Amino acid sequence: MQPPADAIRERSSRAIRQLALCLAASAVVLAGCAPAPPAVAFHAAGNPERLADWGVLAVRAGRLVLAPGVETYELNTPLFSDHAHKLRTLWLPPGKSARYTATGPFDFPVGTIVAKTFYYPRHGDGSPAEVSFTATAVSGAATGDLALAAVRLVETRLLVRREEGWVALPYVWNEAQDEAVLARTGETVPLMGRTVPGEPAQPFDYQVPDVNQCAGCHATDARRPALHPIGLAARHLNRVHDYPAGPENQLGRLVRLGWLTDAPLLTEIPRAARWDDVSAPLADRARAYLDINCAHCHQPHGPADTSGLRLDAAAPSGAAIGLCKPPVAAGQGTGDRRFGIVPGHPEQSILLYRMESSDPGAMMPEVGRSLVHVAGNRLIADWIASLPGDCR
Amino acid sequence: MRHLCLPRRPFAWILLLWLPWLAACETDHAAAPAVDTRYQQVLRERLLAAKPGEVIEIPAGRFAFDRGLGLRVDDVTLRGQGMDRTVLTFRGQKSGAEGLLVRANGFTLENLAIEDTKGDAVKVNEGERITFRNVRVEWTGGPKTTNGAYGLYPVRTRNVLIEGCVVSGASDAGIYVGQSSDIIVRRNLARDNVAGIEIENSTRADVYGNETTRNTGGILVFNMPNLPVPGAVTRVFDNHVHGNNTPNFGAKGSAVASIPAGSGIVINSNDQVEIFGNRLEDNATAHVIVSSYYSTGYMSSTGVAAAFDPYPEGIHVHGNRFKGGGDSPDGLELKALKLAMVGLGGALPPVLWDGYLNRSRLAGGQLPAELRLCVRDAGPVLNADGPNQYGNPTLATAPYDCTLAPLPAVDLGRT
Repeated sequence: MQPPADAIRERSSRAIRQLALCLAASAVVLAGCAPAPPAVAFHAAGNPERLADWGVLAVRAGRLVLAPGVETYELNTPLFSDHAHKLRTLWLPPGKSARYTATGPFDFPVGTIVAKTFYYPRHGDGSPAEVSFTATAVSGAATGDLALAAVRLVETRLLVRREEGWVALPYVWNEAQDEAVLARTGETVPLMGRTVPGEPAQPFDYQVPDVNQCAGCHATDARRPALHPIGLAARHLNRVHDYPAGPENQLGRLVRLGWLTDAPLLTEIPRAARWDDVSAPLADRARAYLDINCAHCHQPHGPADTSGLRLDAAAPSGAAIGLCKPPVAAGQGTGDRRFGIVPGHPEQSILLYRMESSDPGAMMPEVGRSLVHVAGNRLIADWIASLPGDCR
Repeated sequence: MRHLCLPRRPFAWILLLWLPWLAACETDHAAAPAVDTRYQQVLRERLLAAKPGEVIEIPAGRFAFDRGLGLRVDDVTLRGQGMDRTVLTFRGQKSGAEGLLVRANGFTLENLAIEDTKGDAVKVNEGERITFRNVRVEWTGGPKTTNGAYGLYPVRTRNVLIEGCVVSGASDAGIYVGQSSDIIVRRNLARDNVAGIEIENSTRADVYGNETTRNTGGILVFNMPNLPVPGAVTRVFDNHVHGNNTPNFGAKGSAVASIPAGSGIVINSNDQVEIFGNRLEDNATAHVIVSSYYSTGYMSSTGVAAAFDPYPEGIHVHGNRFKGGGDSPDGLELKALKLAMVGLGGALPPVLWDGYLNRSRLAGGQLPAELRLCVRDAGPVLNADGPNQYGNPTLATAPYDCTLAPLPAVDLGRT
């Protein structure tokens, strides 16, 4: 498949620059050249077998590095994925930009590549199957420059915007961490993890989704088959990020780069709370957590609108978000509880039961985790406990 | 190898007398054949690569899956070699809330079995022209609360045909059609589920020629609150609904948890339901229950949308045959009701109404003709007087002696 002409030009001009730099450097230190950094190649069709075919990120000299021009970003409150850390990147074709919208994901141009690399910090012993559940960021995480000895790369999911719409492509890293190969049918990666060194490691099955499961979250309008990004929306992105040149608001930067048009002033852009920011109001943190973890399905016209339960940021408080709401089709997922949320009583609330379950037949979200997010559940429990009223 | 399916429950031998074809079912429980774990990858790839119009033939054999399957391509047929020859087992499933999750139009699933999924066996979420034919869904350990909720589960679908299927062990409903329209459910067997067949918030459904037995409730026609569309216009006819006396094993709080064991056909909060020509036998609570959402125990002023209509209206019960039943109702309230009305040795009449009606629609003490509960050929109806805490239950025939216009047959526009 031929990459577009401008991408080829981009790539070749970079290569020439790189070669020039390299020659200049070798002239000075008389040392061998490091391999050239990757260059992005957008594939307008087909399913490239290797992540390297896209050039967004690559392994160079024991590090995972980004191609020049690829931007990292993070979300105020992320989806919980079995404690995996995520390196999120965005690439837009030269001269193209996304259009701002206040609520949904931005409207990205054809040629956009979103990449999300799921990885774990390693424990000191270096075994690739033994990973850490720590939330502490790995050095270089914000800028997308990771020492491979410090991390276990699991998978990189691409969401690419083609003429026909968004396409999801999951790539799984090998144990040597020098190559990630397309796994459209998904994969189960057995891992061991622990939070604190010394405590017994817990075995878990990390699930790489198959492409149909990608759609389970990213086809956010159940009436249509189209996929959409989820995190690339104003409220999730409106935060300061540590760039190599220093901290900057992510949306401000996208506007400055010419990647985002029609954005209002930063002060007018919505912002989701950070779930772990104890200085933010409890309700804001809880609703932000439910929004990113649940609302891809639980929103109007989402695949879970059949349940009558909405957990998107815009859902009004009341039965819509589960307050005293009897379940519709929860089956054994009720956990013998009667209502979605019983104010003041997390232990009587179906919502929390399903978040605390790791049984595929009862747990929520339905895919994307095999472990329980204790800290997230504590937040939701605290919030439910704080709610006034009862279910008469 | 053809085995005689020896029933696991003592009273089930009766089945063999009534339905000789049951005896020929080929379930191979005795000698579990080798399970193929490699085919999972093959089928997963075929589902991803499927093109519209494709028929995916699954060979005979027993195939294990540890992750749920998905399909998002229109007009695909997934076909096995018979519900006892092609078996997809999900025992030990590690991920996926369903065995198979479909979002597609023109989907057909036929001639295979799906066993022991963690959650629902097959869910179709959004789609038109959906067909399940000769599919067996089974939780092989028998009724358990930890079984998956639904067997065959089309939701938000239009033009649905479910025929010749056998579903057992669902901890909610074996065959569950939700929030859909233009539905035919015919000639299926649902046994050992909490609810055998359930039509919920759906419009224009014909449920006929089915056998439901050993469920907690045989056939349910329900409306639930907080959903965009209420259901109406369902015909339940020519079914054999018998011995649905399995103790309710649904999780508390689930939609069917309020169903008393021994329920034949249950209408809850739904409108324009016609029940006729059915054989109802040995359902120990009541053969037909007409009830309101108030009787489910889930009514909540905060949690139930004000727009929800909890009253069953325009219910027409006629020309059914009843035998036995009503002799051992489930739950203290119903036991007390029976004792008060017919004494220790008696039996509740075939039709039980909880007594809730929309008083704001009364004119001259009566509901408009088209909203009434009309019962004929069933003897007196027991009004349990739910609104007055069952204070003054009554047995009467005359108030229900009316008729309603027959509902039209469902036409799917296909053969």
